[in-house]
Amino acid sequence: MSRPDERRSRLTPYIFIGPAALLFAAFSLIPIIIAITLSFQDTQTLGEGQWVGLDNFAQMGSDRLFRTALVNTLVFTIGTVPTAMVAGLALAVALNRPLPGRGVLRAMFFVPMVAAGVVVGVIMSWIFNVDYGVANNALAVFGIDRIPWLTSPSMGMFTLIIVVVWTRIGFCMVIYLGALQSIPAELKEAAAIDGAGRWSRFRSITVPMLTPTTSILLILNVVFSIQAFDVIYVMTGGGPGFSTTVLIQYVFRSAFQDGEMGYAAALGLVLVGILLVFTLLRQQASKRAESFL
Amino acid sequence: MSTTLRPAASPATPSSARTRGGRARTSPRRWLLVVALSVLALLMIFPLYWMVVSALTPGGQSQSSEFYLWPAEPTFANFSEVFSTQPVWRWIANSTFIAVVATAISVCVSLGAGYALAKYRFMGKGLLYTAFLITIMIPIQVTLVPSFLVVARLGLVDSPWAVILPTAFDVVGIFIARQFMLSVPNALVEAARVDGAGEFRAFFSVVLPTCGPLIGVLVILAFMARWNDFLWPMVVLQGNESLTVPVALSTLTNNPAFASPWGAVMAVATVTVLPILVVFLAFQRQFVQGISSTGIK
Repeated sequence: MSRPDERRSRLTPYIFIGPAALLFAAFSLIPIIIAITLSFQDTQTLGEGQWVGLDNFAQMGSDRLFRTALVNTLVFTIGTVPTAMVAGLALAVALNRPLPGRGVLRAMFFVPMVAAGVVVGVIMSWIFNVDYGVANNALAVFGIDRIPWLTSPSMGMFTLIIVVVWTRIGFCMVIYLGALQSIPAELKEAAAIDGAGRWSRFRSITVPMLTPTTSILLILNVVFSIQAFDVIYVMTGGGPGFSTTVLIQYVFRSAFQDGEMGYAAALGLVLVGILLVFTLLRQQASKRAESFL
Repeated sequence: MSTTLRPAASPATPSSARTRGGRARTSPRRWLLVVALSVLALLMIFPLYWMVVSALTPGGQSQSSEFYLWPAEPTFANFSEVFSTQPVWRWIANSTFIAVVATAISVCVSLGAGYALAKYRFMGKGLLYTAFLITIMIPIQVTLVPSFLVVARLGLVDSPWAVILPTAFDVVGIFIARQFMLSVPNALVEAARVDGAGEFRAFFSVVLPTCGPLIGVLVILAFMARWNDFLWPMVVLQGNESLTVPVALSTLTNNPAFASPWGAVMAVATVTVLPILVVFLAFQRQFVQGISSTGIK
């Protein structure tokens, strides 16, 4: 930006960004600083804390529940992210062609996204209810026994993954559709003239052209999955047992059920650390990939 | 469905897919694909369909293990029961007030911040922008207790402002606004300055009028986020009368007051989804643009 009148415009940007900066300071920065200080304290009740150095972080090493939550988070993320992305890509490719009713179909795949996490949670709890849920009622028609979708430790995580994938597919589809439409048609036509089949065109043109989009979607989906809370909170509350307790659930539990603010803050910071490291690694990787191309 | 967000001045080019699709013949294989996609699509909207059906199903039939797709005798009894025993209108009013006011404030805040970040050079800009972006990574659970302490210190607990003020800072909104403003031609701002307009006149009468599509997207995204918000409102709103609809909904599932708890819950769930669904159907394009612009670099 060239400077028309140095003196006049020096203050202006601060006026434009002032409200955002003020709100950021009050409701993000200060709470984050408090969280960091809390993570070095032992606080059984609100307010009074004792400095314990790195004890909270050391405690995680011997905390079985922390390990369970970490594994659950990994399972949940690996279960949801690739599934939603592959399904979204497949739908995007299918719906990028001229098909009758394409607009309506796109809207139908997209619509689950607009429902609140809590609403999704209660609807799905009802559908997967073991005694009266429509899922089991429908299976019973085919003579299949009632499945404890949410009430057995072995099924809970699987059901949650299905539900979250359901909310996520439309998002992946829309992002991929946008990217597909920006691939020049001439590129595919040229490849078709060269005799490339549909599948090889997809593999050697579409997929590489989509790499930046895939990279962003991967980061976003991982962040969404690691931060997923509402649906899990409403549907299983982390149970049965601790079979669906993911890290974010454990942070919440430590703070509000166990009343261990310090430990909860430390857990939260570890979670943020994981997210930051993942994002940085991914960005590094995609930069390297781009320099190869 | 073009998904890039551009200033009103530069018209979007028609998508190539659409022009190619003009004359395509529909082969049998293509019809097979349409049928398969339709079945999948029906499966996708089934949960929402089932929510409405369950809300209209009398208690007796819904508490059974028999399979049905439409109630034998649809009824509004679940709605009238839950509306007469719970302050549902009050919850809707709370949600509406919070969503509308928070959206209005956050859109203004984002527009200002986005403009400053896109069109000015100033000290601390890079640091501020990086700090903003990092907050996307920080889940609300991490700062829940400290944020509550801040809100309590301000004396806002149980007030709608406890929800509105912290959410008025919307990083994603600022990010989208900045990206959009970057593509507003500098010459436009420059011309206004040459004509003697002040910095604020230049913003309000020259830049803002090109921001129609941006404002549409910001409004829709913010409204949806605020209407659907759960954890933070649950922590700061405490009396049954001051709850928002999603928070109230989560308390209903264990409420023994209803003969058919699932019918009542689905009735309130329907009420929660309906406004967003209407907005989605009316502004589908902006909706999709908004969602996709969160995924664009």
